[in-house]
Amino acid sequence: MAGKEPFETVVAAHGGTVLRVCRAVLGLADADDAWSETFVAAMKAYPDLPGDANVEAWLVTIAHRKAIDVTRAAGRRAIPVADVPDTGTADGGREDVPGDLADAVSQLPDRQRQAIAYHYLAGLPYAEVAGILGGSAEAARRAAADGIAKLRRSFAGAGERSSR
Amino acid sequence: MTTDDLAGELARAFPGRAGELSRLHERLAAAAQRDGVLDVAYRTIDSPVGPLLLAATELGLIRVAYACEDHDAVLQVLADRISPRILSAPVRLEAATRELGEYFAGRRRRFDLPLDLRLSAGFRRAVLTHLPEIGFGHTASYAAVAQLAGSPRAIRAVGTACATNPLPVVVPCHRVVRSDGSMGGYLGGPDAKRTLLSLEAA
Repeated sequence: MAGKEPFETVVAAHGGTVLRVCRAVLGLADADDAWSETFVAAMKAYPDLPGDANVEAWLVTIAHRKAIDVTRAAGRRAIPVADVPDTGTADGGREDVPGDLADAVSQLPDRQRQAIAYHYLAGLPYAEVAGILGGSAEAARRAAADGIAKLRRSFAGAGERSSR
Repeated sequence: MTTDDLAGELARAFPGRAGELSRLHERLAAAAQRDGVLDVAYRTIDSPVGPLLLAATELGLIRVAYACEDHDAVLQVLADRISPRILSAPVRLEAATRELGEYFAGRRRRFDLPLDLRLSAGFRRAVLTHLPEIGFGHTASYAAVAQLAGSPRAIRAVGTACATNPLPVVVPCHRVVRSDGSMGGYLGGPDAKRTLLSLEAA
């Protein structure tokens, strides 16, 4: 009986993180829709959520599904496929133009982008990330590491400038 | 750049700031209302008796709470007893906010709001339903209210009903005073009771 906290508290505690995650996974344009749909769905299910559940992992799991829905519904900008940024030319070319980290993230293959968002922005351990993405924790760790390596290559210059 | 630096850059690249969230929150409240999952909506208003928490279900106003009752604790009780599907959503409290504003400005003598009395049961609830019979600017003794509620000897229980009134101000337990004319206790504190009674006496 000892209570589940008001849903308002959940929104206040995790709304920012979920927005970051939606933005990283979907881009700015579709993030708002995904955020809203995530929290409406979460609010519906909230009374049945086990009291000991990891609320943030639960929300990110919902956001992951909603992001897929939003992408499908939009029917555009199909989730980037693995071979687009892997061709090599993009990475080399971006060194000279540091550009925008958000842009670099959007160029990453799907799983790498998701793994980075869920681990680095939502702070979920790789076991939880794997629970969302499927596959092993090791595979999730590798996807994030591969993505980070690419970001570091394409973004090194800009990072140093903006962290002066 | 270390991975930690990069993580920091990521957080900067994908912000989730409070200003943006308030707009999204508003959208969420509207969607929750539309989908019938906004079980409890609340807001806080300023008043001559301090900040008041107002909360409403689909049925009506369910709670008015003084700051001294601890608004967070009150919301937790609502989560436990009604539903944890609670959001700050001022739209549902528009009528209550307006009527309370008019009341505190001296322009309203009775409230015309749907009430959800679920937080009160049995004799306490019976007492609450009779309290509005004490008109604006009048007072009644605990004994008189016991009579109104049909249990003339339940004077103490009337005191308890007033002390646990989930809808103070709107359900006027502040108009219940001691038989000797002294004010008696009040869940919002003696100052709040005095303020309300002198507002109504003006």
